[in-house]
Amino acid sequence: MAPAQDVIHNIGYRNYAGARLGRAYARRALFSQSLRGAYGLGRSAKSKVLPMTLFGVMCVPAAIMVAVTVTAKLSKLPLEYTRYAIVLQAVIGLFLAAQAPQSVSRDLRFKTIPLYFSRPIERVDYVVAKFAAMASALFVLTATPLLILYVGALLAKLDFAAQTKGFAQGLVSVVLLSFLFAGLGLVVAALTPRRGFGVAGVIALLMISYGAVSTLQAIALDRDTTDAIAWFGLFSPVTVVDGVQTAFLSATSAFPGHHGPSTGQGVVYLAVLLALIAGSYGLLMRRYRKAGL
Amino acid sequence: MIATESLSKRFPRVTALDRLSVDIAPGVTGLVGANGAGKSTLIKILLGLSPATEGRAAVLGLDVATEGAAIREKVGYMPEHDCLPPDVSATEFVVHMARMSGLPVTAARERTADTLRHVGLYEERYRPMGGYSTGMKQRVKLAQALVHDPQLVLLDEPTNGLDPVGRDEMLGLIRRVHTDFGISVLVTSHLLGELERTCDHVVVIDGGKLLRSSSTDEFTQVTGSLAVEVTDSEAYPDGTAALGGALAAAGLIVQPMGRAAEFAAAGSGHVLLVDVTGDDTYDTVRDAVTDLGLGLVRMEQRRHRIAEVFQTPGSAQERGSSDAA
Repeated sequence: MAPAQDVIHNIGYRNYAGARLGRAYARRALFSQSLRGAYGLGRSAKSKVLPMTLFGVMCVPAAIMVAVTVTAKLSKLPLEYTRYAIVLQAVIGLFLAAQAPQSVSRDLRFKTIPLYFSRPIERVDYVVAKFAAMASALFVLTATPLLILYVGALLAKLDFAAQTKGFAQGLVSVVLLSFLFAGLGLVVAALTPRRGFGVAGVIALLMISYGAVSTLQAIALDRDTTDAIAWFGLFSPVTVVDGVQTAFLSATSAFPGHHGPSTGQGVVYLAVLLALIAGSYGLLMRRYRKAGL
Repeated sequence: MIATESLSKRFPRVTALDRLSVDIAPGVTGLVGANGAGKSTLIKILLGLSPATEGRAAVLGLDVATEGAAIREKVGYMPEHDCLPPDVSATEFVVHMARMSGLPVTAARERTADTLRHVGLYEERYRPMGGYSTGMKQRVKLAQALVHDPQLVLLDEPTNGLDPVGRDEMLGLIRRVHTDFGISVLVTSHLLGELERTCDHVVVIDGGKLLRSSSTDEFTQVTGSLAVEVTDSEAYPDGTAALGGALAAAGLIVQPMGRAAEFAAAGSGHVLLVDVTGDDTYDTVRDAVTDLGLGLVRMEQRRHRIAEVFQTPGSAQERGSSDAA
């Protein structure tokens, strides 16, 4: 040490006698850090640009719809609450593709994981915190425009009961969507320490599956095998959510010819959706079993 | 501080630890072993992150098998590898790690500022860590292990990648962690010599077995060997052998230095290792070289390497002994 610095050193070491809040606190801290990180908060200005832009892009159509509804005195909103996220799925997909790798790949790439696991926090805490944070980030992204629509609808003096019901159904739908997307996105992102591969992987998963399912559904519609349309929907994350909300949340299906699943098929959809969420969690737990020291 | 009892860890194809029994008292303890000797495996077990195949271990009186979480709250760990994200500042990073240890936000900030200052990071702590030198990175890694004021820190190869000055500073810092901060230290290295100066006690393991556990004083008593390299001359085509013979005749213990990797790399098996018995050893060597008319290429004091512990005749008897420093 240089002599000039000795003055500072002479203050001496102080022991810490304060509170140690343990695992649950660490888990909450990791959750809030990850959630803030998903929007670039607490990070550099550069990393705020993309998530904030996408957040804006999600909200602007809702604001325009509200403006149109209020000025044109429409009797209902131009778009159902449950349809909003489906229409803007590309934006949600981009957000997930950008932020899921940011959340998990960095810790893998820079080998920060062992520092977590050498502390009271455990594997399950890490996975739960990261999963919940990503799902919450997506929920904020998807629920905020719904809130704008709802407030706008009330300002436009639309029917309170109908709007509240629609808003509630929309919220349930985006909760399911948030958990499903968060799980799938994190699993793909955690496979690789390379952020770029994570981004590409998430986009590929969402876009390719959706493209394939839409194509098959279009062909099925063309051949009048409308029963198959609903079954095909099980093979892409967005259409799974669409199917569940069509069956249970009185949404209008975005499937070709509006041939959404029946209630019976809806049960299968719901089972698949929950299985995907649970499966994502299981895969993440598995992934981090070996990622310790 | 740390006590293990016939601790074993077997992987399908390797035995990483083989019935290791060792008692480590408070203070600075060096854990020496070659790469793959089981040092990192031992640390993992001590942190309660990897179950032992058999045997028991306790850290700070807590059982590693059942009280891992409690241990990890009171222990700090500095890994061997890089673990710092380049795009955040040291302050942000250490604050986050302090919170992961359970410190409330304000305490985490205070402790971070204190700890970074103690390890010698000042203004640069606000800059992204990607631009740090290896020495600064090692300091941040040490700071994150100390930030929650543990009772014990496990430092895995803290001097790795440092230049000699950085190495000395890091070793001095490690010493201060115990003397000034009152935190016990377990530090691993594959260089016995550098631990001699820092540690009160040194534990040597090899192939997962305890080779030796003794206080540093005992090590320094047997310290002192001299590496001598000479040229060949026309009278003595093999100058090294000639000198070896002459020194042996003068009553010194001489070994050819085939094994040590750093000399082999220098391209010569022409180095003799002479045990230093006193100041007159140097004179004897000098005289022997001049008498033979050889050119003296180098004569340097060597630090101990693990290889020598193998050669020490007393090591077998000391196996398992664990007298505190």
